[in-house]
Amino acid sequence: MNDRIKKATRHTNQNEGLIFEKSSPGKRAFDLAALDVPPANMGKELGEFHRANGIQDFPEVSEIEVIRHFTRLSTWNYAIDLGMYPLGSCTMKYNPRVNEHVARLAGIATEHPYQPQHLSQGCLKVLSLLEKCLLEITGMDAITLQPAAGAQGELVGLLLIRAYHQKNGNPRKKVLIPDSAHGTNPATAVIAGYEVENIKSNADGQVDIATLREKVTEDVAALMLTNPSTLGIFEQQIPEIAGILHAKGALLYMDGANMNALAGITRPGDLGVDVMHLNLHKTFSTPHGGGGPGAGPVAMKKALEPFLPLPVLAQKADGTLALDFNRKDSIGKVKAFGGNFGVLVRALAYILAYGPGVRQATEDAVTNANYIRKQLEGVFDLPYTRPSMHEVVFSDAIQKKHGVNTMDIAKRLIDYGFHPYTTAFPLIVPGALMIEPTESESKEECDFFVDAMKSIAEEAEQTPEIVKTAPHTTRIRRLDEVAAARKPILRWKP
Amino acid sequence: MRYLPKSPAERQQMLTAIGVKSVEELFTSIPERYRLKQPLHLPGPMSEAEVIGYFQERAAENSAGYTSFLGAGVYSHLRSVVTDALLQRGEFLTSYTPYQAEITQGTLQAIFEFQTLMCQLTGQEVANASMYDGSTATTEAVLMAERVTGRSRVLVARSLHPEYRDVLRTYAKNSGLTVEEIHYTASGTLDVAALKSSLRDDVCAVVVQSPNFFGAIENLGTVAEAAHAAGALLVVAVTEALSLAVVKAPAEADIVALEGQSLGLPPSYGGPFVGVIASREKFVRQMPGRLAGQTTDQDGRRGFVLTLATREQHIRREKATSNICTNQALCALAATIHLSLLGKEGIREMAEQNVAKARFALNELEKIPGVNRTFPAPFFNEFTVEFPRSVKMVNAELLKSRIIGPYVLGPAYPELTKHALVCVTETTTRAQIEHFVAGVRAALDQPL
Repeated sequence: MNDRIKKATRHTNQNEGLIFEKSSPGKRAFDLAALDVPPANMGKELGEFHRANGIQDFPEVSEIEVIRHFTRLSTWNYAIDLGMYPLGSCTMKYNPRVNEHVARLAGIATEHPYQPQHLSQGCLKVLSLLEKCLLEITGMDAITLQPAAGAQGELVGLLLIRAYHQKNGNPRKKVLIPDSAHGTNPATAVIAGYEVENIKSNADGQVDIATLREKVTEDVAALMLTNPSTLGIFEQQIPEIAGILHAKGALLYMDGANMNALAGITRPGDLGVDVMHLNLHKTFSTPHGGGGPGAGPVAMKKALEPFLPLPVLAQKADGTLALDFNRKDSIGKVKAFGGNFGVLVRALAYILAYGPGVRQATEDAVTNANYIRKQLEGVFDLPYTRPSMHEVVFSDAIQKKHGVNTMDIAKRLIDYGFHPYTTAFPLIVPGALMIEPTESESKEECDFFVDAMKSIAEEAEQTPEIVKTAPHTTRIRRLDEVAAARKPILRWKP
Repeated sequence: MRYLPKSPAERQQMLTAIGVKSVEELFTSIPERYRLKQPLHLPGPMSEAEVIGYFQERAAENSAGYTSFLGAGVYSHLRSVVTDALLQRGEFLTSYTPYQAEITQGTLQAIFEFQTLMCQLTGQEVANASMYDGSTATTEAVLMAERVTGRSRVLVARSLHPEYRDVLRTYAKNSGLTVEEIHYTASGTLDVAALKSSLRDDVCAVVVQSPNFFGAIENLGTVAEAAHAAGALLVVAVTEALSLAVVKAPAEADIVALEGQSLGLPPSYGGPFVGVIASREKFVRQMPGRLAGQTTDQDGRRGFVLTLATREQHIRREKATSNICTNQALCALAATIHLSLLGKEGIREMAEQNVAKARFALNELEKIPGVNRTFPAPFFNEFTVEFPRSVKMVNAELLKSRIIGPYVLGPAYPELTKHALVCVTETTTRAQIEHFVAGVRAALDQPL
């Protein structure tokens, strides 16, 4: 079997205990300069609130042990830096190293959000330029950089929509969400105080216009649309959809999670979108870091601008930048201290590196997805055949006949040196294989991936057991998730 | 473009394999009239050196060369270079949320260690894998209390960080929650008598911050007793997590909402930070956010997975405990590394230096005629003082000596007209404190 595997895998470094298991009283990995003021009498200062015995069971280790511990843990991770990470909907592209460098500069990482604004002009200029760039890319009129991630961006978007309708006399009741949407969409709508009404996709995986016409009433605040959809298909009728909504006074929200298919090619603002969020940790290359941090700026049309979260970046008469807190119709704040500034810095560094060439990145991303689709069509079932944009969604219908499902194929990909694609999403495709290569993959890496997928398809037919019991090359095997949930162990105890 | 790994010939080969003549053909599903005919108006493209140059210029337009006495929820603390060196290992930095457990054990074990450290720090039984920050964690803690109790009135200490209260109000507006403020006493801590008179059987949560926004440490035992007597949960927000190394853990709390910025993250003009929700085991199924749990693989080896996912949006959709998806995992890792480096002794020593330096600064300030400590309650590294003149005027004078003065309380607390919130950490030297005190003295000596 091993000759089929062209890429070497690791994840097999030595076993490593928990940091707490290395602890021994008296060891330390950090020294402070000697105190240059009189020592405090802690009992006197804090009285009954003094934690005299310190933090029980906190680790006590040396510096080299910390270095080795976390370095060893890191070798158990797969990462973009090791190879293709084709998680559909996640846009796992290269995270440029220079972005890390500039985010850590003295004068950038060191600044306090409450320092005087005339001593923060550098930070404010970064924010201002990023705003301008994102408005140009999206074709919108106004933007907030405050939301910490996509889901919070969605919330801001819906709160803006709510405030807009409220101002017109009625906040309305419902938000329409297609059945192909990300789970954050319905969860967010509820927090914004809306009822969720799901709408079914048609046989092409697109919004069914007739159904939409029926559902859009004066009670509908907005439709939340992901475009391209989670099937990787561009919603061609989006101007018409916007028209249907606008005719009833409802608004069009676009989930910009898949903006990597559109940047430099078309602009949501031109397509009739009223408000949208961007995931800077997807399209704009800021690192996922094992789950975050992200940033979820929200761009909007003029009509929604009065409701922007506080504060709003503004230019003063003398040309300097300032934060405006005095806006009576604002929806308020969704996060203390403004946005995830360090993430915003990285996104701007990415945009500056590309400039207008961001279009080339989009073209390459779409080329990669279509290349993989072409090579794997027929090997895997393609439930929706409309043109793919930045990702392609297959199903496990062919392999299912041999008892092999999408999760098995995904796990077997690990043995071939790849991170799995997204499994079991979107929900409208049973047994989905959702593949998003991004522009960061070379032809060679795409070919390796195609070979791996074809090889696994063969295995599924000839030796399905090897697929169903994968992975075989990792330090640990499939984990017992049922036991983990039934009797949760969520912390170490001595 | 240096980030794109294709030659023109390879691009052509791929297009040929797809069966199209040009890349434009791949975009024909976008109606023609909506496709951009012109390149976007964006600055760049820039070389790596130009990108660095741009940000160095911006950095020079900020506060370089100034000493700061600002805290108010964001703190300057020492960080080892080891933290950033380890964080920038690509295996951590460029990895996704650990849904594929077999090849993300590094992230998962680190989260498990983070959850453990947060439990130890807060005296709670369970902690989640992170929230966006302290302000949203506080709001999510209140929403969690609403789910646990089925009640919808919230009593919030006025001494909770003003921006945390703002965020709570934004979220509460459409969740059917009503938020009421409870005042503080002359000691600077929560007015428990006022709390008791507002507590009824419709209150889901009492929210206090400790040390509170004025720097005062709250008597949580008393507050908990009052809250629990009315069947409400006690939510304790902690904005200065380092304090917990020397201040008793909020073990009386039902939910702790912690801002972990102090635990190894730079101020970074307000983010990214790391929020945490810690609570009692019995409430774990109402918690928001991701959780890592220990289990075994099919050969019996210890391993870790994301667990109790049925609380989360990707499974439960509109019935989820929260809409949070992306969290602050890398920031949580930074805290895990930082706390491992500090260790039990290092964190105690760092915290004690904060108390000693803040106390020294207060003593020196109090020697200035007319400068008075406002609240007698014990404090950690922040305290409130009243000046005989407006803080704004004092701060303007301090800027001339390259000192960023303390936080001005007046705008958020109109009743505290001449009051300042002074923060001193282990990063501030005695010489800087003395320079600051001399600057305040000089400012107050100026003729009006």
